[in-house]
Amino acid sequence: MKVWLSCDAAARALGADEVADRLAEEAAARGIALEIKRVGARGMAWLEPLLEVERDGVRHAFGPMRAGDVAAFFDGRLEGHGPTEDIPFFARQTRLTFARVGRIVPLSLDEYEAHGGLAGLRAALAEPGRIVQQVIDSGLRGRGGAGFPTGIKWQTVAEAEADRKYIVCNADEGDSGTFADRMLMEGDPFSLIEGMAIAGVAVGATTGYIYLRSEYPDAIATLTRALDIAREAGLLGQGLLGSPHAFDIELRMGAGAYVCGEETALLNSLEGKRGVVRAKPPLPALKGFFGKPTVVNNVLSLATVPVIFEKGAEHYASLGIGRSRGTMPIQIAGNVARGGLFEAGFGLPLRTLVEDIAGGTRSGRPVKAVQVGGPLGAYFAPDQFDTPFGYEEFDAAGGLIGHAGIVVFDDSADMARMARFAFEFCAAESCGKCTPCRIGSVRGVETIDRLIAGEDVRGLIEDLCETLREGSLCALGGFTPYPVMSALERFPDDFAPAKEAAQ
Amino acid sequence: MADTPPTARALSALIEAQQHREGPLLPLLHSIHEAFGHIPEAAVPLIADALNIGRAEVHGVVSFYHDFRTKPAGRHVLKICRAEACQAVGGARLAERVLAQLGTTWHATTENGAVTVEPVYCLGLCANGPAAMIDGRPLAGVTAEELIAEVAQ
Repeated sequence: MKVWLSCDAAARALGADEVADRLAEEAAARGIALEIKRVGARGMAWLEPLLEVERDGVRHAFGPMRAGDVAAFFDGRLEGHGPTEDIPFFARQTRLTFARVGRIVPLSLDEYEAHGGLAGLRAALAEPGRIVQQVIDSGLRGRGGAGFPTGIKWQTVAEAEADRKYIVCNADEGDSGTFADRMLMEGDPFSLIEGMAIAGVAVGATTGYIYLRSEYPDAIATLTRALDIAREAGLLGQGLLGSPHAFDIELRMGAGAYVCGEETALLNSLEGKRGVVRAKPPLPALKGFFGKPTVVNNVLSLATVPVIFEKGAEHYASLGIGRSRGTMPIQIAGNVARGGLFEAGFGLPLRTLVEDIAGGTRSGRPVKAVQVGGPLGAYFAPDQFDTPFGYEEFDAAGGLIGHAGIVVFDDSADMARMARFAFEFCAAESCGKCTPCRIGSVRGVETIDRLIAGEDVRGLIEDLCETLREGSLCALGGFTPYPVMSALERFPDDFAPAKEAAQ
Repeated sequence: MADTPPTARALSALIEAQQHREGPLLPLLHSIHEAFGHIPEAAVPLIADALNIGRAEVHGVVSFYHDFRTKPAGRHVLKICRAEACQAVGGARLAERVLAQLGTTWHATTENGAVTVEPVYCLGLCANGPAAMIDGRPLAGVTAEELIAEVAQ
């Protein structure tokens, strides 16, 4: 008997390892030869720990599995969910970046290749001079949040003259409500390695760094082993897959500073300094790691590159809407009935994601607000839920998609408290370089407290937000006004004492 | 965590092991932190000498990052997620209850030295909150009672 059990950090945090132990014990007691394959997560978080068993060549899902369910599972008394890939949450997706996650054993290079892995690198190595143009043609934009065209960034680095160039992967996924980078690194680490190798060949870099946050111990462990395996197999090192190109990757661990997700702070941190933001220009593409031309890309951007070469830039660009091409791994989190990772072409309305796919709130109460794009993203009210998921579309609606995390709140949420938290978070995580962010965030907390206490200081908050937006060096200070002002404008009743005092 | 005291010799060995890297300071601090559970004061001048930078610069880096402690923690380190996705499922209430029942505050250690409680802003378990981490082990869908029982062991 062969079963697949998730080894994703979320599944393990819910007791998947205990389930694995119980499965092995129970199988031994019953004299059943059992093979347990630990795989990445399928992305259906509400079913974790998810167990799959093969029937007629198709994997059937059971979950959430508890150690106490194991006997019933072997007895055939445990009710399942049918074929995993027929579950509507899964069936409605277009999986490109996450095509292999949950299907393959993360550290099996054989399974990786059997499911299309390395096809992209081989295609890229066949015509290295065309790599940059193909990435441009795919329409891929930075998945970390800024949405800058990946191919243009690569072109800048490729054309820069220098004795050394670097590829830096930003795996400092600190936004609340996002976990796609983590799932990918734990579930399909070779795709990131392959994407970085393609980037290295494209721009002429031979060294790559992955800056991975320390809050992700499982991803660190998986990626560390994946790098060793890749080196042994000739996927990294001198002569990539027998080509004349050399490329290697070193994994570096962050140290708990949110601001290091900002690319220039990340570079300073990587150099061994305080994670303080640098003024731009110069762009990291020209003066990055130790002043050398550096590609800084998010995990998802890099891990999507192989599939673009495997299936063709045109195929990737054929998906999506407007200037948002391809697919986005959307992370559905917070108070939802069905949370997890949902990869789809850009363009789905927020309402479809929240009401239909996520099935509303876990608590069963009405949805009050949805924060999209992490702690620096705007709160959307239900009357804005028709906004289609795309970079420009969300910008026009007064928000941002960021790293595509959506966090759902039910009607018990106090939006004044959430606005206060946005300032509090900014104060805790500010790097301290620029005054609006360092001081403004602290004054913001105090001013929201005055507003909640009934003083009419709304104008002060608006002024403060304008100062932060216009005067901050990076998105931490610059975007904190999104959650604050969206909460204030779209949920004025939560700031009611101020309203009453004003009357 | 090792029981060996942070002797100059032990510290120097750890420093030397990381020194070949480009920008070695963070990996170096992580290795010292892992070995001793904090960055001992004695390490600062040794690092400064080895990397040819000022002590103030080393101190500046140590104090910038939330991960680096300068004093030993309690026997357990409990990190509770304070970020929005966990707040949406009662994370703030959970944290208040844990702190109240343990009789401590954020960043502090209980009087009996059993547990240090720290805030963390996202563990990437946002679809299965509230989330926490005990001694580096992530936990999802937790209650205050479960967390207290875990650190009582």
